[in-house]
Amino acid sequence: MTETLWLIPALPLLGFLLNGLAGRWLGKTFVSLVGPGMVGVSFILSLMVFQEMLSAPGMSITQHLYPWIEAGSFKVPVDFTVDRLSGLFLLIVTGVGFVIHVFAVGYMAHEEGFARFFAYLNLFVFFMLVLVLGSSLLLLFVGWEGVGLCSYLLIGYYYTKDSAASAAKKAFVFNRVGDFGFIAASLILFSVFGTLEMATINRMAPETLALGGGLATAITLLLFLGATGKSAQIPLYVWLPDAMEGPTPVSALIHAATMVTAGLYLLARMSHLFVLAPFTMSVVAVIGLMTALVAATIAVAQYDIKRVLAYSTVSQLGYMFLAMGVGAFGAGIFHVMTHAFFKALLFLGSGSVINALHHEQDMRKMGSLLKKMPITGYTFIIGALAISGFPLLSGFYSKDEVLWNAYSSSAGSTLYWVVGALTAVLTAFYMFRAVGMTFFGKSNVAHPEKVKESPLVMTIPLMVLAALAVAGGWVGIPASQGELFGIPHVLEHYFDGFFAVIPVSGHHSHGTELLLMLAVTTLGLLAMWGGYTLFSKHRERAAALREKFLPLHKVLAGKYFIDELYDRVVTRPVHWVSERVLWKIVDVKIIDGTVNGTALATRQLGGLLRKTQNGIIENYAVGMVLGCVAILAYLVF
Amino acid sequence: MIPIDHIMILSAILFAIGVAGVIIRRNAIIVFLSIELMLNAVNLGFIGFATHMHSMVGVLFVFFVLVVAAAEAVVGLAIMLEIFRNKETLNLDEINLLKW
Repeated sequence: MTETLWLIPALPLLGFLLNGLAGRWLGKTFVSLVGPGMVGVSFILSLMVFQEMLSAPGMSITQHLYPWIEAGSFKVPVDFTVDRLSGLFLLIVTGVGFVIHVFAVGYMAHEEGFARFFAYLNLFVFFMLVLVLGSSLLLLFVGWEGVGLCSYLLIGYYYTKDSAASAAKKAFVFNRVGDFGFIAASLILFSVFGTLEMATINRMAPETLALGGGLATAITLLLFLGATGKSAQIPLYVWLPDAMEGPTPVSALIHAATMVTAGLYLLARMSHLFVLAPFTMSVVAVIGLMTALVAATIAVAQYDIKRVLAYSTVSQLGYMFLAMGVGAFGAGIFHVMTHAFFKALLFLGSGSVINALHHEQDMRKMGSLLKKMPITGYTFIIGALAISGFPLLSGFYSKDEVLWNAYSSSAGSTLYWVVGALTAVLTAFYMFRAVGMTFFGKSNVAHPEKVKESPLVMTIPLMVLAALAVAGGWVGIPASQGELFGIPHVLEHYFDGFFAVIPVSGHHSHGTELLLMLAVTTLGLLAMWGGYTLFSKHRERAAALREKFLPLHKVLAGKYFIDELYDRVVTRPVHWVSERVLWKIVDVKIIDGTVNGTALATRQLGGLLRKTQNGIIENYAVGMVLGCVAILAYLVF
Repeated sequence: MIPIDHIMILSAILFAIGVAGVIIRRNAIIVFLSIELMLNAVNLGFIGFATHMHSMVGVLFVFFVLVVAAAEAVVGLAIMLEIFRNKETLNLDEINLLKW
């Protein structure tokens, strides 16, 4: 199996080539077999590799493919490594990716550029797998940039729409800001360690870098800047909500389940480096916490169903960063996994609704859809329950794990827990607001008689993901509850000794853990009920509440006017400087002036010299003779 | 034995006549002949030195110059023939195409 590891990313690449080059001529059946099929086979291979990895020595297998760059001491081989972290991501990317590909066959059935869509989607999976499997930072960066490219291509899929094209550009530019951090960090790492192999860096880091030293802090802060770009955290999160311009399967795959977790993957991968910089860790935690809260409050006041989910994603990613910031890398990755299940489910569910309503995304024009679309409705509710932390569902366990670590870790604090819990309650509220507005209450659908349930090719993926959203968290049942029934904490032992550990100070009892969990769950249930009733049966009360807090509502609906702020502070000044200084002065006057001036001077000098070319050969002969005489005279005398 | 000085002076005189011919005369044929005169003035110098120094190198050079002069005569006369066919004149003042 080790020898065939390369097949896992190679198959989606093959799918990309087939669909991209020949898909237009080979027809939809071919494309819809190749697109999901390649990812499906990759998933099966991933399962086999995962199985093998678990029994391999050191729980890690590496395939050396070929040396990529060799210049002096700078060596970058193309090595693919599967260990416990990348193995898990491998399964998420190919598994969830496969399900979403299948859904997309139904969702995109009537769209232009069917083959182009699947080509891009397969290319995305390829780059994501390179990102996950690459054993050196540079290879990871190749995947990192590749998924950014695919994200750009797929957000701008409806490229004739102006808003889609600019959203794609926005995502690309914001990611470039983050990439600057990534590249700078890689350069420093190479100059310090002399290698870009992540395993080596992790191994050498504790001896090479001083704990809390400036160098470690600088490197990790730069890496985190890269992560904030890719994983949509403050201050670079604004691209993700706009990225919803892409087709819904894209939002599910790239902007919920996989690509946006790349930043977290990077942090988890370099955990031994990050624990050396406590300052960075607190920055990570605080940024994550702020993002979680800010995005959750914005989501409360949005009406576009996909934007609600987008802000929810930003908020949940903030949660994961909070977990990593307090040193609970395993908990963060656990939440990545469960989030991939239920957020992909929610996005696909919203896609099913949007498709049934002929591309209507405004929740005010939905309502009472549960009877019309039972499968979509119930699976969506399961997803909403899971993300809101309904007991026994996946989100319940992972969210609890994050919150508990935020409280109990030596790097955590009660404040972290309070804000985290508040976010959890808000999450429950806005999710059930969305459920209430979409599936219950009075119907505001334009043509209710035309709405019907989506075909099986779309509903089966929903059911699969719903099953995962329910059961996916059971691998992480915390000891405080598991002990009662003798269920081990599978995930905690799974990552034993993999991540760097922050020493835990003090002992926290299981009683505290249960108590805190009970508090959050109760509040969450209340918020779910509140969100549901206010926005299904008693919408007039919601409207009254909105009138009462109109200024607040305006701020939230306007997303804190962050986009406007960036426009004023960054975009317009840059635009002004570009136009008035760089274009009108530097380009036109200095650069063009130099080039044109050189040409003009040459031409005028030539104009003078050509007067001597009068066509009378004797004159030339005289000139030649005089020249010869002059040279002779010089030589003789 | 003729002194080398005499030979060189004769050669220089012939060369100067050639140069003057090239510069002053307007007829292309005469200019061409003047060039031949210059070449032969140089040849005379070579021969003179060859005899004076008892070396065959100078003689060898003369042969080269003769060959080049013969080739030049072939090409040059052919060009002049064509020019005459086109312009009905060999007056150099009227053949002034080489200008801006």
